[in-house]
Amino acid sequence: MSVLHVDKVTKSFDGEKVIEDISIKLNKGEIVSLLGVSGGGKTTLFNLIAGIKMPDQGRIYLDGKDITGKPGNVSYMLQKDLMLPYRTIVDNVALPLLVKGMKKKEAREKASSYFEQFGLSGTEKKFPAQLSGGMKQRAALLRTYLFSEKVALLDEPFSALDMLTKSSIHEWYLDVMEKIQLSTLFITHDIDEAILLSDRIYLLTGKPGRITKEIVIEKKKPRGKDFNLTEEFLNYKKDILAHLEEQESDTDQIRRV
Amino acid sequence: MKRKLQNITDKLWAFSAIFLILVLWQTVSSLGMIDSFLLPSPIDVGKAFIEEFPELMGHSVVTLSEAFLGLALGIFLGFVMAVLMDHFEVLYKAFYPILVLTQTVPTVAIAPLLVLWFGYEMMPKIILIVITTFFPIAVGLLNGFRSVDADGVNLMRAMGAGRWQIFRFIKLPAALSQFFSGLRISASYAVVGAVISEWLGGFSGLGVYMTRVRKAFAFDKMFAVIFLVSFISLLLMKGVDLLQKKCMPWEDLKEDE
Repeated sequence: MSVLHVDKVTKSFDGEKVIEDISIKLNKGEIVSLLGVSGGGKTTLFNLIAGIKMPDQGRIYLDGKDITGKPGNVSYMLQKDLMLPYRTIVDNVALPLLVKGMKKKEAREKASSYFEQFGLSGTEKKFPAQLSGGMKQRAALLRTYLFSEKVALLDEPFSALDMLTKSSIHEWYLDVMEKIQLSTLFITHDIDEAILLSDRIYLLTGKPGRITKEIVIEKKKPRGKDFNLTEEFLNYKKDILAHLEEQESDTDQIRRV
Repeated sequence: MKRKLQNITDKLWAFSAIFLILVLWQTVSSLGMIDSFLLPSPIDVGKAFIEEFPELMGHSVVTLSEAFLGLALGIFLGFVMAVLMDHFEVLYKAFYPILVLTQTVPTVAIAPLLVLWFGYEMMPKIILIVITTFFPIAVGLLNGFRSVDADGVNLMRAMGAGRWQIFRFIKLPAALSQFFSGLRISASYAVVGAVISEWLGGFSGLGVYMTRVRKAFAFDKMFAVIFLVSFISLLLMKGVDLLQKKCMPWEDLKEDE
């Protein structure tokens, strides 16, 4: 059974439909990407799943339980790391535990115990301003994980990073995910990133946004550093590009690397 | 290191300018260009200060206790008002204009009224100080509360945080820096407010002392007390700066990777 089930969700703003009839299934331990142009309603969908907005139609289920419009069940992470500048890294990461009502000391201990696994050793007592962008995103992912071990929503988490940092953080990310088996819905407009990281990809196209294609990436994990140079990878990419071109007249917005 | 050196050179300029003005003033007095009883020389002022030191200290204690008590109440009132106005939009709309309006009433004008209503003791002085000090605090905090990052608040909400937790973890720390800016102004207002209210009646305090020496045409003592008052204000502002550094250690941090 799927961990997260988005069932035929539609949402309008100011009378204009942003997303229409979206259905998504996320299985346990899976990384599923939602690929589409910026401004295509991906973030709207995330706010609905996170429970901070209500859909006009459709429901959202977590482990079969209806969580539509109820925050506090799935956590998410944005392109902005949103590390609070006035809290040390460990206190930032422990935030979701404190929100749940855990005692400060206990929350710190629990948060600290994951630092090594997430490649964050030694940053506990530092402030966010002392860390690089990549390290801050690592901390943000740990914070997301501490909030919900069930499902994580990642909204273009690495898109603000430069190319080199990005490729090393991709490697780190796959490595960590292998260890913690966190079911993840991953928003991106970067085709390479989607193919590299995902088990499955949903393509979100048009206005209002609809899911027009689902692609399974068959390659087993770990996929190795050079996966993005293989013919298999390029075939997936061609496939996706062809579909997007078919769907959108305005493909210029899609980033081609 | 380089920054420190730059800092010292910057200060050197300011000190040189002050020194130059003092020399100029001393010269004007020594040459008898202005009658020494109208404008006593800096050396006379210094002598008067040393002579009157024990008495000045006694009056300072009174003035400072009024200032601190008034400031403490002002901070409390400003804090409560800012929190309430941030929490209830209606209160903000209703009272913010009035709040601004109260600041256009000159302190000197209402001080005699306060003395008439509340007598010559502490009460009218404290009230005057509270009126002048709560405003910078309230406005600073309010702007701080309202300037928080909406994404940060959304993330907390997605984690299931309630209003109190959002206030405690996001809004309050985010408003700290504006709070301290307000406090710096309020601290100097508190001393000035105390002195002004003492002019209009009372038994001791720097303002009372000022009125006495003015009536005795002891202008050297007059200058001595003026310098003392501005020195105390300066000291308080510096104190606020130190407190801010202590409370906000994350400011002025650089990435160290």
